[in-house]
Amino acid sequence: MRKQKAESGPDTAQLPRWLDFHRSMHIIRQVESRLATLFADGEIPGFIHLSIGQEASAVGVCAALELADTIASTHRGHGHAVAKGMALDRFFLEILGKDEGACRGRSGSMHIADMGVGMLGANGIVGGGLPLAIGSALAHKLKGNGAVAVACFGDGAMAEGILHEALNIASLWKLPVLFVCDNNGWSEFSATKDVISLDLPQLARAFGIASRHLRGDDVVAVAEAAGQLVDAIRGDGAPRLIELHTRRIRGHFEGDAQRYRHDDAADREDPLVNHESRLLRAGVTPERLAEIAEAARGEVEAALQIARAGRAACAVGALDAVYAQRGAARYG
Amino acid sequence: MAEPRVRDALNRALADAMAADERVVLLGEDIAGFGGSFGVTKGLLDRFGPERVRDTPISEAIIAGAAVGAAMSGLRPVVEIMFMDFVTLAMDAIVNQAAKAHFMFGGQCSVPMVVRLPHGGGISAGPQHSQCLEAWFAHIPGLKVVCPATVGDSYSLMRAAIDDPDPVIFIENKALYALKGDMPDPPAAVAIGEAAVARGGRDVTIVTYGACLGHALDAAKALASAGIELEVIDLRSILPWDEAAVLRSLQRTHRLIVYHEAVEAFGPGAEIAARMADIGFDELDAPILRVGSPFAPAAFSKEIDSAFFPSSARLIEAVRRILA
Repeated sequence: MRKQKAESGPDTAQLPRWLDFHRSMHIIRQVESRLATLFADGEIPGFIHLSIGQEASAVGVCAALELADTIASTHRGHGHAVAKGMALDRFFLEILGKDEGACRGRSGSMHIADMGVGMLGANGIVGGGLPLAIGSALAHKLKGNGAVAVACFGDGAMAEGILHEALNIASLWKLPVLFVCDNNGWSEFSATKDVISLDLPQLARAFGIASRHLRGDDVVAVAEAAGQLVDAIRGDGAPRLIELHTRRIRGHFEGDAQRYRHDDAADREDPLVNHESRLLRAGVTPERLAEIAEAARGEVEAALQIARAGRAACAVGALDAVYAQRGAARYG
Repeated sequence: MAEPRVRDALNRALADAMAADERVVLLGEDIAGFGGSFGVTKGLLDRFGPERVRDTPISEAIIAGAAVGAAMSGLRPVVEIMFMDFVTLAMDAIVNQAAKAHFMFGGQCSVPMVVRLPHGGGISAGPQHSQCLEAWFAHIPGLKVVCPATVGDSYSLMRAAIDDPDPVIFIENKALYALKGDMPDPPAAVAIGEAAVARGGRDVTIVTYGACLGHALDAAKALASAGIELEVIDLRSILPWDEAAVLRSLQRTHRLIVYHEAVEAFGPGAEIAARMADIGFDELDAPILRVGSPFAPAAFSKEIDSAFFPSSARLIEAVRRILA
């Protein structure tokens, strides 16, 4: 499918896939919109980092992946978890801190993981997922299973030494890794251009890694580029990099008043609106689009209700879970 | 065959583990062609090939971090960090990722990896190549920490560490690599968390590990001629540590000294002393003493280096104090 030309205008063969993108992006948008209100209402404690505005990246990249492929995400990882195939009830149960959650309420939003779908975790450390993807790619390579590991990072992580180490070793060892940068222009609360002296094309070139750099507001273009890169990785085993220029519509975290914010990335569109325009041009009716969005809302709401009915996570059992070897070390 | 040394035992354990389980891979700086800075991985490249014995760039963070990801994806990586001091550059992978994964992900995965860290002074390696940092790791829930002191334990604990489902910090003492000793055939199984009574005695319990074991046994020999019998416990594992074995010994001797090369203040001995003061209080005939390195960085100068080392003479002095 993805080998076909995506930007060749209205193309009925592409339509089911395009509608699927529409649906997936709406699911993620709805999931995160609900997280925003749940956080504001005090139903979720801690930190929530939303990827609203960056949905095309998660959906487009994951469209190129198979179940056996792995992805190591960032603190802004809800989209990656859902796009990689994590069940919504499992997702919400975790984020609401329930015992039935994927991580039994111990990870919450910032570390959410679902090994069954190859989601190796969001990560509370900037750049923290990069070496995990490198190691996962090494495992894929040694097992010869043909799988690819995806190393997600934001532009803020360009300043972390671990990115440079990861690019070097991936190139040197020819590891099947796709580096994915969601470049939203912000390193948490600082404009990235004020804190980083190079750009990603330079960096990828320095390490001899073939790369693509494109707008991240067009899911079809992202899926096309990611598909080509993943195919290339599966072909020769060497790493590739894709940089997606996106817009972080919300703050660094929920509750961020964003007084530091100026009118950045105004040229980057909302990927949902962008894609809807494409679908309308392709002859899909507004009613059909609304219907899909509404179904997505219903699906998210149903999962949320299941999660709300879950059991609260339990501290007693948690003490026994520090080690895989049961009872390995208990103090106090 | 000549009597094996600690480095031979470690080498054989790695080789046997690799032969038994193809998921075991080695990662580290200069471990393949060069055979490791201390010669522990010599010959393994020829036997197992460059896919499984991997020379890495000088990038401790990615070495350890890649091991975490590889372990999460089904391999059993064994990492060599050239000197324990360099592990400062790999702490995120060990502390924030490896140690927490099993707990944080609700038991969805474990991280069966081993991080080999050569520690210890006495070779004029200076402040950044001599430290004993085991207390840092023993403070992190989710890690295991072992430190063998004999040829047999070096083999057995390495096999146990590689087989373990959890991340294991495997500490090797640089001064012990050339130590010769018995290698039981077949090798003994040693469980992580199990101490050994290295010498029985009725008067004072010495709890120790690593290079200090030999010095404790020297002290015991010297004191025996004066009619003082030390019981020497080789801890072997620092996390979890064998609380029951230490308590049993204390019940015999009623006096306890914790003795290690790591800096005394806030060292592993502090936890052991505190715990025994708690659960063993009624057994104690004297306050628990600690003997460790002074609160200072290691130094290059031979004079300072050896003056800082907690020698058997310092242990003997502590024994005299605890019996006074």
